This record gives sequence, C-alpha cells and structure tokens, in this order.
Amino acid sequence: MGQTHRDKIIVQEADFDVAAEYQRLAGDATIGAVVMFVGRVRDINPQPDLVSLHLEHYPAMTERALHKIVAQAHERWPLDAVTIIHRVGSMGPAEQIVLVLTASAHRVAAYDANIYIMDYLKNDAPFWKKEVTLHQATWVEAKDSDQAAQLRWER
Amino acid sequence: MLTILYFARLRDALLCSEEQLPEVANGRELIAQLVTRGGVWAEELGGNRVFRIAINQEMAQLDDAIPAGAEVAIFPPVTGG
Repeated sequence: MGQTHRDKIIVQEADFDVAAEYQRLAGDATIGAVVMFVGRVRDINPQPDLVSLHLEHYPAMTERALHKIVAQAHERWPLDAVTIIHRVGSMGPAEQIVLVLTASAHRVAAYDANIYIMDYLKNDAPFWKKEVTLHQATWVEAKDSDQAAQLRWER
Repeated sequence: MLTILYFARLRDALLCSEEQLPEVANGRELIAQLVTRGGVWAEELGGNRVFRIAINQEMAQLDDAIPAGAEVAIFPPVTGG
C-alpha cells in the first residue's frame, strides 16, 4: 500500500508549471496514460467583481490528509505516479489553484483516480476559500454536491 | 490539557484561533462545554450550523475519544480544490 517514489505532494504559495509537472514523468514507458486536472480561480457572478481568492489551510493536517487520499487511490488503482500541488494564500481571477496529475499504464485508472482524488480533496483536505469582491469578503460555503460526489466511491 | 484550534469562518466568528482547555472524553462533550459560553459560541456550535472536527490532525466524529494532550481542530466544512 501507500505511495510510490514518483508521487509528489506539495502545498505552496507559488504558482506551478503544468508543463514541467508533465515533463517530470517523461521517458517512463510504463506510463501509458496521464490525466491532469487544474482548478482555477473563477469569477462567474452576474457581475464580474472578484478581486482575489484567499486560500487558508491547516498546515499540520493538510499534507497528512493529502498523503492519505493518495495512498487510498493507490490501493484502488494501478498508478505509477500522483502529483498534487495545492496553492494557499491570495490569487487573482483565472489563476491556478490546484493540480492533480495521475499517471498509469491504463487510461481508465488515470481518469478515475484523478476524479477520486479531487472528490476526496474537496471533503477531507483542510483548505478554505475566501472570496474578496469589490464589495465584500465572504467565506465560500461547502456544497452538498461535493459530499455526494465523495459518497459515490463508498458504495 | 487539550489544544483547541479554530479555522476560517469559525475563527473569524468566534474571534479565537487557539486556546488550551482541560481534558474531555470526546468531541460531543467538548462542543457542549463550548456552547455553554453562550453568544456566538452557542450560535456557531449549538444550532444548525455545520462544522467539522479533527483530532490530532485526522478528521473525526463527535463521539470519537479525545486522547490526553490532543490537538482538536474545529472548522467549517472545507472548500479547497
């Protein structure tokens, strides 16, 4: 169980380079499929008025929670590598927030594991978003649909 | 003693990020004790507001035992990703 030496789990303020994270796995012929998900800061209110998104986390718990999610994914699918980079701090509209990369010999494993990791991250990883708009600063409320998305893996 | 941590909206509402409290058996007892403070404590933790707890950096249920000297975090449902 657990992780491979190719896994990479990082929480950082800095932006990340998707191409570099893909390139890190170049030359490995056991990897037949790579799926990359990037979450970005969106501004889809009726009036575009988002100034910034502030992401807070619980540092002592965050990496532990992410490592646990990745270990669970390894138990379910034959994965060669998993990369999670999650940003904290302030970021502007359209900036990148999170990268989840899953690599496997098999396409379906890479796709499914990627969705699984995001579904668990949304419920079990201690990050909170605060939206700062032109008018106010509001903590983003959790969505029931995120919990429903996680529960379907437990059936 | 237990270390209690509060995060995000809950920390802002309670105006408290960290405190030390005497040992209690489980999360349910801890929350009941905090609710007796009244005011925002009762509003945030004693009503219909949803919150989560973690014991020693692991997500936990209210009835899970709290070991001596534990770090207990109380926070709103997470919204990362």
